[in-house]
Amino acid sequence: MITYLGRRASHSILSVIGLLTLVFFLTRLTGDPSALYLPLDSTAEARAAFARLNGLDQPIHWQFLEYLRNLLHLDFGESLRQNRSAMQVALEAFPETLKLAAVAITLSTALAILVGSLAAARPGSMFDRVASLISLAGASAPDFWVAIVGILVFAVGLGLLPTSGTGSWAHWIMPSFVLMLRPFGLLVQVVRGTMLSALASPYIKTARAKGLPRHKIIFGHALRNSLLPVVTVAGDLATSLVNGAVVVESIFGWPGIGKLMIDSIIQRDFAVVQSTILVTATAIFILNIAIDLLYAVLDPRIRY
Amino acid sequence: MSNATNPILKVEGLTVDFLSDDEPVRAVDDVSFHVGHGETLVILGESGSGKSVSTSTVMDLIDCPPGDIVAGSCLFDGVELSDLSAQARRSINGRRIAMIFQDPLAYLNPVYTVGRQIKEVYESHGAGSGKDARAKTIELLRRVGIPEPENRVDFYPHQFSGGQRQRVMVAMAIALKPDILIADEPTTALDVSVQAQILDLLRDLQRETGMALIMITHDLEVASSMADRIIVMNGGKVVETGIAKEVFSNPQHAYTRRLISALPPGNAAEAPNKRSTAIASETLLKVEHLTKHYVLASGAFSGKRTFKAVDDISFEVRRGETLGIVGESGSGKSSVARMLLGLNAPSSGKAVFAGENIFEMNEKRLMAFRRKVQMVFQDPYGSMNPRMRVYSIISEPWAIHRDILSKNRWKARVAELLELVGLLPEHADRYPHQFSGGQRQRIAIARALASEPELIVCDEAVSALDVSIQAQVIDLLADLRTRLSLSYIFITHDLPIVRHFADRIMVMKDGRIVEEGQTSALFGAPRHEYTQSLLQAVPKPKWLTHAQ
Repeated sequence: MITYLGRRASHSILSVIGLLTLVFFLTRLTGDPSALYLPLDSTAEARAAFARLNGLDQPIHWQFLEYLRNLLHLDFGESLRQNRSAMQVALEAFPETLKLAAVAITLSTALAILVGSLAAARPGSMFDRVASLISLAGASAPDFWVAIVGILVFAVGLGLLPTSGTGSWAHWIMPSFVLMLRPFGLLVQVVRGTMLSALASPYIKTARAKGLPRHKIIFGHALRNSLLPVVTVAGDLATSLVNGAVVVESIFGWPGIGKLMIDSIIQRDFAVVQSTILVTATAIFILNIAIDLLYAVLDPRIRY
Repeated sequence: MSNATNPILKVEGLTVDFLSDDEPVRAVDDVSFHVGHGETLVILGESGSGKSVSTSTVMDLIDCPPGDIVAGSCLFDGVELSDLSAQARRSINGRRIAMIFQDPLAYLNPVYTVGRQIKEVYESHGAGSGKDARAKTIELLRRVGIPEPENRVDFYPHQFSGGQRQRVMVAMAIALKPDILIADEPTTALDVSVQAQILDLLRDLQRETGMALIMITHDLEVASSMADRIIVMNGGKVVETGIAKEVFSNPQHAYTRRLISALPPGNAAEAPNKRSTAIASETLLKVEHLTKHYVLASGAFSGKRTFKAVDDISFEVRRGETLGIVGESGSGKSSVARMLLGLNAPSSGKAVFAGENIFEMNEKRLMAFRRKVQMVFQDPYGSMNPRMRVYSIISEPWAIHRDILSKNRWKARVAELLELVGLLPEHADRYPHQFSGGQRQRIAIARALASEPELIVCDEAVSALDVSIQAQVIDLLADLRTRLSLSYIFITHDLPIVRHFADRIMVMKDGRIVEEGQTSALFGAPRHEYTQSLLQAVPKPKWLTHAQ
């Protein structure tokens, strides 16, 4: 168990270093930040001074070594845009993303388990067919389209909900609903499929022969065995949400890490881009460990 | 003992259809039976005979659709079961009628401890909960012979052996002292010695509680050792019914007679001898000090351990001879087969086939060797590509070994081989799924014969087949041996099967040979304790044991 965690951690550190290296060089391909931060008519001297101040005058491999050395001192660089620690900027935005992701994935998983189980309990019924239709629509509707239509109808048209931003509980409704759609749609399909095969398995016959009531058979015996694939897919979806829902955060002006990332890339705020990557990569690593541990909790046959 | 005047369960005229795509298939047709307190009724039948469907109907385990109970009544303790509400049926299941199944690993929920699964029986019938139910569960596990029940109650199904899992199933079933226990092939997946223990347990429990036992089986020996009365089913119909002793000693229906003739009789002299008549003195295969060790992964608290799957065994097979290797699961018998075919490398030892050590052959020699030694597996369906026609399956060896046969003669030879194994030439155009289990095993034998082998290794080749089919396949193998002067290594867990077929028998246990000898000598006077226990574990007819 401990050795397993240690092995996972060391593998992850290697991949994070690889990722940071890649991001470091790729972001610098987008161009020179001084072109964005200084007035169009600024002099060559002013540009050189800006570059010197931010270490951009050094050869690129030198800049990279400098970056790595600073990382060891937990110095993640300064944001060009905000003139403060890039890591601080990333860490301020991250909880906003995390909250939204947690709400979306928890609600969609819970709802999908309920709907999928009930659909599998009576395959071919009206409920099953309606659930399949809705989940299919949810899984395939493009989120930017749903988001924009939502704003048009509920914010602009009916004036019931705010168009964007944060503050009240009403601000949560549209972003979390849009983020829930795809996970909900996919998970209903997964739950329904695994529940169908679980309900056909021999131990369900045993449960029926024992005289267990129907709800205990469905939710006690079948569902418990169906959770493993559900956790796999839900974990995967959670990972993509933690990574920052770039489109949804941008449309609803949600101050999360996805929006920060895309803004920083456009603004060539390199230190912030690198910090956001580091934060999300760490979060995804922790999430994956948690999913693996959850497997072992759910299935006693799995041991690390 | 029999309580025919006042049976606890009386099934009459039961007819069940299963709805398939085209038209309903009649699984059970006008089946009637009854069972009284303390009585054992055996429902005997081969696969597809409808024997399980009839009892599943009693337990309300048939889903409708696809099942459809067309007619019939099930009278339990004077109450018509089909008149009851779903909830009333549920309160009977597990409390008054309980059921155990064939494969306890699949029939126990893998993610819950056995304790929890047994406790559920008490809780769902309001017969105890919490600490009280746990104490009862531990007591119950002790009763069915689980060691250290205080600890094992918190174990998961995968942490038990096959026999123990079936004991757990039995515990679950008898928790509330049901009036009827239905046992659906309860020992089919188990080794003979474990089977004997489970059957003993069932008999003891029946004596203690006076419950009625309905036992479903395809195994004639198990049937004869348990039954007071017996019903024989074939094609969904009851073909014969009566007192067990009478049915076995004087079967009326042609089907029953055929079934019972397949049973190796207790007296060896009565049996038709299928042993080889022409054993050459020439040694075909000589195995010396064959050993296979596996190094097990080290756990958190234990160092590396070595598991000896095969431990220093030596034997030889002569041309035209059949060597039976008998052992229970884990005895190493299949590991021997895999090494002889070059599928697994041995840890040490050698095997000389026609003057050459198999384990030192290079790729090219190995190819030539594999032509001469073929294998027939237990599951013919699993060992055939379902998307290949029989023609391609049988002719594939010729595509690999180009020199056997020129392509223009393939078709004629496939037809010839199919006829040799008792199939028809036109079967070449069909797919494996279009055949029955016995026919598929014949195809597997035809495929083995295609490369003109000298030695065929049969690994549990008839174990998955129904009894009457088993006998047919053994007859075929014996006939082919004579006609093609083949040698066999016949690996099985079932002693009676090899009794009249093998010339010599080698008994394996824990990777070692515990006894070896001519078949008649070994059966007549087994020297080793383990062989004796194996022979004794073969179920004896109930009426004989009662007489003693």
